[in-house]
Amino acid sequence: MNITKNIHEWLFSLMPEATASIVEMVLIAIVYLLIFAVAGLYLVLLERRVAAWFQLRLGPNRVGYQGLLQTMADALKLVSKELTVTIKADKFLYNLAPYFVIVTALMALSLFPFSKEFQAFDINIGIFFLTSISSIGVIGILLAGWSSNNKFSLIGAMRSGVQTISYELSVGLSLLTMVVMTGSLQLSQIVEVQKSGWIIIQGHIPAIIAFCIYMIAGTAETNRAPFDLVEAESELGAGFHTEYSGMKFAYFFLAEFINMFIIAAIATTIFFGAYLSPFGITESIPLLGVFWFLAKTLVLIFLMMWFRWTFPRLRIDQLLVLEWKYLLPLNLMNLVLMALMVLLGLTIKF
Amino acid sequence: MSYFSDIYNAVKSLLTGMSVTGKYFLHSRKGAITQQYPDNRDTLKMFERFRGEVVMPHDENNEHRCTGCQKCELACPNGSIEIIWDRQIDPETGKKKKMIDQHIYHLGMCTMCSLCIEACPTDAIKWAQNFENSVYDRTYLTRVLNKPGSKLMPGVED
Repeated sequence: MNITKNIHEWLFSLMPEATASIVEMVLIAIVYLLIFAVAGLYLVLLERRVAAWFQLRLGPNRVGYQGLLQTMADALKLVSKELTVTIKADKFLYNLAPYFVIVTALMALSLFPFSKEFQAFDINIGIFFLTSISSIGVIGILLAGWSSNNKFSLIGAMRSGVQTISYELSVGLSLLTMVVMTGSLQLSQIVEVQKSGWIIIQGHIPAIIAFCIYMIAGTAETNRAPFDLVEAESELGAGFHTEYSGMKFAYFFLAEFINMFIIAAIATTIFFGAYLSPFGITESIPLLGVFWFLAKTLVLIFLMMWFRWTFPRLRIDQLLVLEWKYLLPLNLMNLVLMALMVLLGLTIKF
Repeated sequence: MSYFSDIYNAVKSLLTGMSVTGKYFLHSRKGAITQQYPDNRDTLKMFERFRGEVVMPHDENNEHRCTGCQKCELACPNGSIEIIWDRQIDPETGKKKKMIDQHIYHLGMCTMCSLCIEACPTDAIKWAQNFENSVYDRTYLTRVLNKPGSKLMPGVED
């Protein structure tokens, strides 16, 4: 990317090295923030339209062309609303919680290789970092539920804790299965491995099983239906964010959608070759990598929306049975199978 | 060994559900049940069993089927129907006969229970499918169902 290089050189010629690098980081952070605030808003719109289509409705199509400005208007409304606090709430934690959720969601975004050059932060423990960051988000939810001083919020938050602790295991193990094959945790390295076939093809049977488990556990991680017993409108009001209003509510809402994007983006990076085009048809144009990455991610996001508008919500005991009696043993078996396959060289390579 | 068959059945049933909603998703453009109401005011047709208001159909000779038996008035639980009638001489037979003068229907009181329409022995009244019933003055809600100068359709009483 020439533009970024030019800006980089211009910044470093303008001021001393330390300040220049800080300014650069701030600039990158602002770019990411802007991109993902907008992306989050449009994911909300997408969700609402897709939900409507699944239910044979039309969805919001009045504000702007096909409703494109609907969520912008909603966000404006939320910004202008009063931020209410309950009297007995723990003010400090109550105000801190939404930032916890949104900051962790945004932090995870910096790791994704949108194209060969477009990756803000490429550390050698990429996947490990992603899984740990995504589990920090639950602290925000727990804080929100605890500090609201509302029994429904607390129940929702505790459920979220149970859910995240359980399903974190499946997410981690299914990604670990893939790491056995790639031999690296670094995301750029994993993409490099996939130049000879996406992992879902290279690893065939175990990769497909791992992908299924990952999508189930990932949906649970984001607290979306059918695993939305954290919010469970019919039983808990709105769960952990019952007491939040205005922009703080919007942070939780936005974080949910960015988390969905993150889960889909991890799956894209690990299983579907990130920015690599199918059969290498556009490898000569590196900028199209962003397009391929987003296209694959959107397909996976659509899959999660499809889950949401098809399956009924699980009960808390069913949720735990699914994880501990089915997903986890299967995942462990799958890991052994994968290790055997790699040992015997049964992977498919082009 | 029901463990693996459980997993198989779970996946199968989940996929069945997803195929159903997937079909809905693909057909949503054509089959959407949402009506974009004020925009399609001219083309919007209400479904058959919709209860808009009670009307009395008249044929081209300005004849209706109401004999003035007052069964609808009796059937109405809250008195939305009033029938003003008197005895007039029938021009054909020369005998005195009960005839309606005005069939008055208070739409503002009607609960759309359909008991009058079920009670009517000659099918003189039925539901209309119109739905824009709001008016600026409630006196407009009192309607005379038989048109002025209308008379009974011959052969209804036989």
